[in-house]
Amino acid sequence: MTDYKMLFAGFGGQGILFVGKVAVNAGLCDGKEVSWLPSYGPEMRGGTANCSVCIADEPIGSPLVVNPNIFVAMNQPSYEKFISKVTPGGLVILDSTLIEAEHVREDVKLIRIPATEMAEQNDLQGLANIIILGKLYAETNFCSEESLQEGLKHCVPAKKQHLLAPNQKAIELGRAFAG
Amino acid sequence: MSEKVLMKGNEALAEAAIRAGCHHFFGYPITPQTELAAYMSKRLPKIGGTYLQAESEIAAINMVQGAGAAGIRAMTSSSSPGISLKAEGISYMAGADVPGLIINVQRGGPGLGGIQPSQADYWQATRAMGHGDFHILVFAPSTVQEMVDLVSDAFDLAETYRMPAMILADGMLGQMMEPVVFKEKEEKKEIDKSWALTGHQNKRPHNVVNSLYLQANQLEAKVKERFQRYEKIKAEEARYQTYMTEDAEYIVVAYGATARVVQAAVKEARAEGIKAGCFRPVTLWPFPAAALKELAGQAKAFLDVEMSMGQMVDDVKLAIDCSRPVHFYGRTGGVIPEPGEILEEIKKMAGGVK
Repeated sequence: MTDYKMLFAGFGGQGILFVGKVAVNAGLCDGKEVSWLPSYGPEMRGGTANCSVCIADEPIGSPLVVNPNIFVAMNQPSYEKFISKVTPGGLVILDSTLIEAEHVREDVKLIRIPATEMAEQNDLQGLANIIILGKLYAETNFCSEESLQEGLKHCVPAKKQHLLAPNQKAIELGRAFAG
Repeated sequence: MSEKVLMKGNEALAEAAIRAGCHHFFGYPITPQTELAAYMSKRLPKIGGTYLQAESEIAAINMVQGAGAAGIRAMTSSSSPGISLKAEGISYMAGADVPGLIINVQRGGPGLGGIQPSQADYWQATRAMGHGDFHILVFAPSTVQEMVDLVSDAFDLAETYRMPAMILADGMLGQMMEPVVFKEKEEKKEIDKSWALTGHQNKRPHNVVNSLYLQANQLEAKVKERFQRYEKIKAEEARYQTYMTEDAEYIVVAYGATARVVQAAVKEARAEGIKAGCFRPVTLWPFPAAALKELAGQAKAFLDVEMSMGQMVDDVKLAIDCSRPVHFYGRTGGVIPEPGEILEEIKKMAGGVK
């Protein structure tokens, strides 16, 4: 697969837009065509956030991902809202600490990762999003390893460089997660 | 900076304007364009420019007029409801031949409407951006890179023709991030600004920048002179881009963000054996009518797609003198059409006009 249509969705504050930015920056480092589009509408004000990320070999048509082939869900309402939209054969990664989900679709690959719990146990509060990104990378290799690290470096602000190491640790935790 | 960087459309517009020599910004916040003003507020004070959040949209456009009358590159930005408030000032600028750049990151209307992407201000931008007989230049980028590239051209042409210019974007283009490259312009265009109000110091006659002409004959002559300029602009400045139109029998016309979705649909239609193509006006005024008319020779039918109830479709029909059927498909209120919906419309058109 070289045409990634990713949808990241969850609550505001979980770093949904941030994890999308890391992914899109990694895609850019790989020299791909990329786009990132946040939700900025009324749903954002209601507390949920989502963002569309496209990584492809050819110029991106609509940057709005309606039918993702990769769907990352970090809360129950987002999971329920978008699960039916995932294209058959797609990949769904959900934070199983926060989402109780029946495996309702047989035509998608569903991965449950207790990312929020893993973050808390490893003193990585707030980095469940990046743990999931590590798992997403391990599953898809949507970018090169080098670009993933570059993308992360690019997104951690210059004034907050002390946060880079925990983010890198979160990536490794996600990559190593079996399940 | 010639490397690729990821930027939000709103921020890229701001950076492009600064690089084009616009160091004076007057605005008033409104979703979904606020990042543009926020970027200006961070950057302009550091480079000796002016960032001013006015008390209202009307005040902001009047400040742009004031700066423009002094020969200074200035701009304002807003979104649909705010642009309506600026209409008075834009008409005054047109009437006084004052250049300036106005950015409209469109959202759904009418009234306060919504905050999601829309293209429902086409008529306002191209037909009636205020009272009186006048036009403004209207540019419609469809990528963040094109937003960047059009900013300096919009300033140059506004100053060359002494008139306001608008970049008509939408919430999707404003909010999305895409890679952009800021190219250095090879040569700066020298533009005559001897008309500007820069202080005569008793060394030259007064310059007058004014839109008031109480003598009907005088006003008529002024407006006619302006319309001669408009004719030159129509002949020389229309811009467009085509996608897969070489042998296209079914041509979809769309601008801005919608054109991206249309091109995805056209590609799918081609995969299904339908000879579809996309014609994308880059300038909405002047509308690239001659180029579209040429395509009417090979086309069996046209489909106009917009995020509105159908506004540009009038210009499509006028451009081709209604010589071919022109279908319309639109979503409005902030809904973005999906490629699949447009593909269905292309199929309908191709099936119905054999």
